[in-house]
Amino acid sequence: MTLNIKFDYNFICKAILQEQLDNLGLEYTLQSLGEIKFKNKLTHTQRDQLCQAFGKYGIEILDNPQNVLVQRIKDAITELVNDSDKTKKYNVSTYLSDTLNYSYPHLSSIFSEVTHSSIENFIILKKIDAVKHLIMDKNLTLTEIAHRLNYSSVAHLSAQFKKTTGLTPSSFQRIIKKRKEKGITP
Amino acid sequence: MALSIMNIALADDDADDRMLFEEAIGEIEIKTKLSLFSDGKQLMDYLTQPQAILPEIIFLDLNMPIKNGMQCLREIRQNESLLHLCVAIYSTSSSEQDIEETFVNGANIYINKPNSFGALKKAVEKALRLNWQYHTSALNRDNFLLRL
Repeated sequence: MTLNIKFDYNFICKAILQEQLDNLGLEYTLQSLGEIKFKNKLTHTQRDQLCQAFGKYGIEILDNPQNVLVQRIKDAITELVNDSDKTKKYNVSTYLSDTLNYSYPHLSSIFSEVTHSSIENFIILKKIDAVKHLIMDKNLTLTEIAHRLNYSSVAHLSAQFKKTTGLTPSSFQRIIKKRKEKGITP
Repeated sequence: MALSIMNIALADDDADDRMLFEEAIGEIEIKTKLSLFSDGKQLMDYLTQPQAILPEIIFLDLNMPIKNGMQCLREIRQNESLLHLCVAIYSTSSSEQDIEETFVNGANIYINKPNSFGALKKAVEKALRLNWQYHTSALNRDNFLLRL
């Protein structure tokens, strides 16, 4: 028997953060998903404990302010891509500069410096990731997916998929299906 | 999360190809540390040492003596501590069947060995950049497929 499940990533992450922070008895407020404000300064031991507790879940404390900003850009893009209403309403550069309070050129240059790729490329990557998810787990047609992710046409979606992955959506689908049958999960 | 340096492994029995690859990697602006192996057995012996520093990406030639790339790929995907590694197949074969078979067996990237240094550099660079994103962003790695 197979059950299909859907995740609310924000919800899961928030729950894990709260659980771990409460465990350590710290007083805090969650500003946004990527930012925790503590009432008191953390001691070194507390910080190490937190590092360890978070580490189990692949959560990392960021030290370098540039990395912090890059992470916030990525979070904002993820939110934008996953929300079709927002995608239709905003253009990316205004959305990013409005939510993060920096000019777009500044964001863009920091992003490229740290990640070796441009914001535009990252958005395409995120969108294609969403396309893959919708093809595989929801069995949606390309027409439905194109509409949902705000592509102007199916042809545009297919072309971007092919350009990004080197594969057509249908060969991608065939490969993943065969993998599942063989029980291979990289 | 940020990576400061990317560990790369290459298994290829052709000494010239290894040298070209090393040169290409050296000219890319991502900071890398490259380990070279001349056949699949050497690579697998290295990866299965208990203290091995696991690479963020492995480039595998398909045709190698002693242990070929496909055997390595299968062993990697069956090994609990290695199965999450990113594997790029790096081969002269451009048969659709070969390509699909490697993907089905768990390869993430398939690169046709390019015939010019410039094209090689470009292909490797694209693979590394994308791999970097998969290591540092919340992207679904089960779905990481790239054909170059």
